[in-house]
Amino acid sequence: MQRIAIVGASLAGLRAAQELRRRGFTGNVRLIGADPELPYDRPPLSKQVLAGEWEPARAMLIDRKALRSDDIEISTGTAVTSLDLGGRRLSTEHESIDYDGLVIATGARPRRLPTATPAGVHELRTLADARSLVADLSDGPQTIVVVGAGFIGAEVAATCRSQGHRVTIVEVAPVPMERAVGAEMGAVMADLHRRHGVDVRLGVAVDQFVGDERVAGVELGDGSTLEADVVVVGIGVVPNTEWLEGSGLVLDNGVVCDATLLAAPGVVAAGDVARWPNLLFDETMRIEHWDNAGDQAAAAARRLLATGAEAQAFTPVPWFWSDQYDRKVQVAGRTNDADEVVVAHGAVDEGRFVALYRRGERLAGAFGMNRPRHVISSRALIAERGSFAEAIDRLTD
Amino acid sequence: MRVVVDFDLCESNAVCMQIVPEVFEVRDDDFLYILNETPGEELRDKVEEAVQRCPKQAISLAEG
Ligand SMILES: Cc1cc2nc3c(=O)[nH]c(=O)nc-3n(C[C@H](O)[C@H](O)[C@H](O)COP(=O)(O)OP(=O)(O)OC[C@H]3O[C@@H](n4cnc5c(N)ncnc54)[C@H](O)[C@@H]3O)c2cc1C
Ligand code: SF4
Repeated sequence: MQRIAIVGASLAGLRAAQELRRRGFTGNVRLIGADPELPYDRPPLSKQVLAGEWEPARAMLIDRKALRSDDIEISTGTAVTSLDLGGRRLSTEHESIDYDGLVIATGARPRRLPTATPAGVHELRTLADARSLVADLSDGPQTIVVVGAGFIGAEVAATCRSQGHRVTIVEVAPVPMERAVGAEMGAVMADLHRRHGVDVRLGVAVDQFVGDERVAGVELGDGSTLEADVVVVGIGVVPNTEWLEGSGLVLDNGVVCDATLLAAPGVVAAGDVARWPNLLFDETMRIEHWDNAGDQAAAAARRLLATGAEAQAFTPVPWFWSDQYDRKVQVAGRTNDADEVVVAHGAVDEGRFVALYRRGERLAGAFGMNRPRHVISSRALIAERGSFAEAIDRLTD
Repeated sequence: MRVVVDFDLCESNAVCMQIVPEVFEVRDDDFLYILNETPGEELRDKVEEAVQRCPKQAISLAEG
């Protein structure tokens, strides 16, 4: 293998490139990304950058000098438009790129509402999005509607509220962050926002925006209208796989890989775009979190360099964090399809606790609020296929 | 190899502790302690992994 191309120059793409070098790959490594910026970190965009504490430049993951010293070639502002799987060739608008090995790391983009979106309606995924949102919020306290309370929407609401803006959350699900943490802990998150003075509207959808030139309000499915100076839409993301349509790769809400992250001979995928069977949970998953993007990219890079016999299944315990107000939430493992959710340590009303998720006899997941160490120890137990009973035992004080 | 942590950035989420418990420990007081600032070469791979996996980019390595 002489030339490895990596499509998508964000966290997963960069980590894949760095891992190839760490493993002693001496051939050509080329990182190709549609974003005009060098790789940057997204988590600060809804936290320090949105709060105005950080200049956007502080979110950069790497500079040109470090890329050069690792001999990683980078093309920014370059979208790959198609893949010729048999011919091992990529196309962009201006050139074709031949490769021997390919890493697909094109991540995901925000889902959009089907309605027309006037100015003042934002999404938050890129550095450019963050700059434009920050600029729109710089005029003193404003009335903000956050549409969608997934973890990014919930963070945007918390950060804006902490900056003194008036904030309303509109979410169709019965609780915020339901997909990420389940119904019980979602209810805890709803309380947290309400206690900080956010108007949390649950089980209601957005019909359309009011205002032509610029947004003035949001019309809801229940017939009511909310006033708004600024709207932020965070209703989930969709994997960027359009450029792979017709390539022969299997696409199904992401690029479908085998348990070792191989999508086709010489092709691996990682990060928000990759779907693979995680044998630890007997579950096919696509993870939209930071820790997985880096970890999975490194594993995918090693997979590309491995011979068939050396290939290893990728079996992580997913983990993510979310910072809202002065609460730090950490979640390990799986929170969906739980048979039971039990607070095993601390107390919910003190805002310092750990809840555990049971599937059958096994510990499947852990949710911690301001209890990071306990989440990490539960994560280790999940990796060992530990029992729920033992997990409860270990955490009970 | 010398391990340096920027404690202004660190938020004690213990990711590093899970990767290299020989070097990092988050204690009951919720602070991160560096158990060994100059770990041996046999730990380099794991420490480098901790540098990359730290969500706050708080860990760096100085040579020597
Ligand atoms: C505001 C925000 C806050 C977040 N906070 C947290 C958090 O607190 N905790 C947490 O665990 N996770 C968080 N995340 C999630 C985390 O950032 C993502 O999981 C991570 O960025 C995924 O990395 P990735 O490289 O797989 O994909 P992405 O970061 O989505 O990058 C994919 C890249 O591919 C490029 N691309 C797409 N199509 C093409 C193409 N055809 N050709 C070339 N390039 C292409 C895109 O331009 C993009 O740069 C947050 C995300 C956001 C947006
Ligand atoms: S991983 Fe980073 S943020 Fe977490 S405890 Fe270690 S140094 Fe601190």
